[in-house]
Amino acid sequence: MPSPAGAALRVSNLRKTYKDVVAVDGLNLEIRHAECFGLLGPNGAGKTTTLEICEGLTKPDSGDVELLGLHWRTDAAELRQRLGIQLQETQLSEKLTVYETVRLFRSFFRNGPDAAEVIALVQLEEKSQARVGNLSGGQKQRLALACALVGDPDLIFLDEPTTGLDPQARRQLWELIDRFREAGRTLVLTTHYMDEAERLCDRVAIMDHGKVIALGTPRGLVESIGIEHLIEFNAGGAGDHLDAAPLSRLEGVHSVHTEDGGIQMQVTELHRAVPALLTELARQRVPLTELRTHSASLEDVFVALTGRHLRDE
Amino acid sequence: MSDLTAILNGREREATAQAPRPRGIADNPLVQLTLVRFYEFFREPEAVFWVFVFPLLMAAGLGIAFRNRPADVLPVVAETPELAAVLRPEKRLNVRQMSPAEAAEALRIGKAVLAIEPGPQGTVTFRFDDTNPDGRAAHLLADSAIQRGAGRTDPVATTDSVVREPGSRYIDFLVPGLLGMNLMGSGIWGMGFAIVDARRKKLMKRLVATPMPRTYYLLSFVLSRLLMLVLEVGALLGFAALIFGVPLRGSAGSLTALCVLTSLSFSALGLLIASRARTIEAASGLMNVVMMPMWIASGVFFSSDRFPAVLQPFIKALPLTAAIDAFRANMLQGAGLTRVGPQIGILAFWLVFCFVVALKLFRWR
Repeated sequence: MPSPAGAALRVSNLRKTYKDVVAVDGLNLEIRHAECFGLLGPNGAGKTTTLEICEGLTKPDSGDVELLGLHWRTDAAELRQRLGIQLQETQLSEKLTVYETVRLFRSFFRNGPDAAEVIALVQLEEKSQARVGNLSGGQKQRLALACALVGDPDLIFLDEPTTGLDPQARRQLWELIDRFREAGRTLVLTTHYMDEAERLCDRVAIMDHGKVIALGTPRGLVESIGIEHLIEFNAGGAGDHLDAAPLSRLEGVHSVHTEDGGIQMQVTELHRAVPALLTELARQRVPLTELRTHSASLEDVFVALTGRHLRDE
Repeated sequence: MSDLTAILNGREREATAQAPRPRGIADNPLVQLTLVRFYEFFREPEAVFWVFVFPLLMAAGLGIAFRNRPADVLPVVAETPELAAVLRPEKRLNVRQMSPAEAAEALRIGKAVLAIEPGPQGTVTFRFDDTNPDGRAAHLLADSAIQRGAGRTDPVATTDSVVREPGSRYIDFLVPGLLGMNLMGSGIWGMGFAIVDARRKKLMKRLVATPMPRTYYLLSFVLSRLLMLVLEVGALLGFAALIFGVPLRGSAGSLTALCVLTSLSFSALGLLIASRARTIEAASGLMNVVMMPMWIASGVFFSSDRFPAVLQPFIKALPLTAAIDAFRANMLQGAGLTRVGPQIGILAFWLVFCFVVALKLFRWR
């Protein structure tokens, strides 16, 4: 068993440039044993490049990566045995069955469960003899996960494991990942779904332009921006007559932004701010056409830090 | 029970000590990779068709079209009953009697190759197309029959001895050519498409991320090629020998060795073509550029000697020319390996050259 002392993954001063694009720009990370760590960020933030450098698939321009106390330069063969990897966009051979695919991957690893066991683990027993080409998107992702787990890895990398899946398939995959987390495996995953990171990860690093711009527990990060709730409302055509200045003076309101004709208010005390808002709108005779509130999320952390939405890219 | 099952049951991973399961030959990665090649190939009906069925259809079609028929009986027309009667004893002519107008029509549309009409004062006129070999043959036969009918005696007695030797027919020439063409196609396509497809689908990148030995990956293609070779060559040569009686005069051992060498050379060429291409389109363009000149120049369907002498050194250096020349020498003349030494040298050169360059260039992702 690997010693839990030290970090499972340590990345220092990592840099990688493609032609004139800086993909990873002096990245530092430390991921502990038995934690589920999320790398978040918009497309092009450098998540996948970082992961592929850690997986030994891409050589960094400079910087150092240490995994399980080992290095790619000197211990590549050992590392390959101990990592479980799922890449973005891998298409497994469509002509093979689920069993044949897992069996093939199993043959590469020294240790690990039987192919049938892994297939059961990702709940594909019924599809064991089905051709990969006939699987649904969610089933293909679970098969990819099976191929990542078949060597009984100490450290698992998942690159956007739920991208393109329907909500039900996502939830199934989350439950699977939960079980690994509970069993004390170290997981590193990338995602651009903030709800996924909040749901799965012990800690997250938010990346933008090849750098980590925030690091911590999902809850800690949300708290760090000092906003607990958001109120969004729309006054329809009457919104033009709205005087926004009194709104920011209401009790429990942190700040007010106008956005696409709607108003967004960041508030700390929802139970005081909402009645006060309704009173103020009634006073100004502005009718509401829409009113929504939600608790601040990692998405809001990203917006607060960069001024951009994740999906804008 | 493994760790992962423990996870499934919600237990700590340290809880179960793991005894390594004994691993058999089927757990060897090379065996698994080679097996996968077979599954992928035999589950692709098109590939099976092009590799196994197409060459047989081709051999059958061309064999039937160019079969050596018993000497044809030539159709001729006589314009009088007397002339017809004189010609009838000649069994190599099929004589019909027609009016001059009908005879001209039959000649024009090819129903007869020769018209025989009476001339003035007991002379005879032959009408035929002198560029048509059948017309010329019919003319000689008819002339000789008429002269003999009129009382000519031949001063020299002759007898005919008929020779129809297998080995000198078109089908005998063709089968070694098809064998070479087939090995080229399956070697280049078999390696090329599978590798480029795996690269395009990022499957290769995924495999490289496992502890899979990279040499095993390439070796699995070579191994599956060689195993497939047995079926491929067996089907074509078995068919040719049984149906058309194509001779196999060389030793089976040396023919096998030539097939293996040829297949390896073309696999190496396929590997080289596939070493960098990222798309199927790029790869198939390259494959066509490489294979087209050989289809034409290497003597699959007609002898490569028909090309001008200045081109001969280049044509002889092509791997397909070397392979086909060696197969013909082996199958038709019973030549041993030493007599096809130059061809073996050329094939071996292509094998080593392509393989070394391909490994240098190979893009693993």
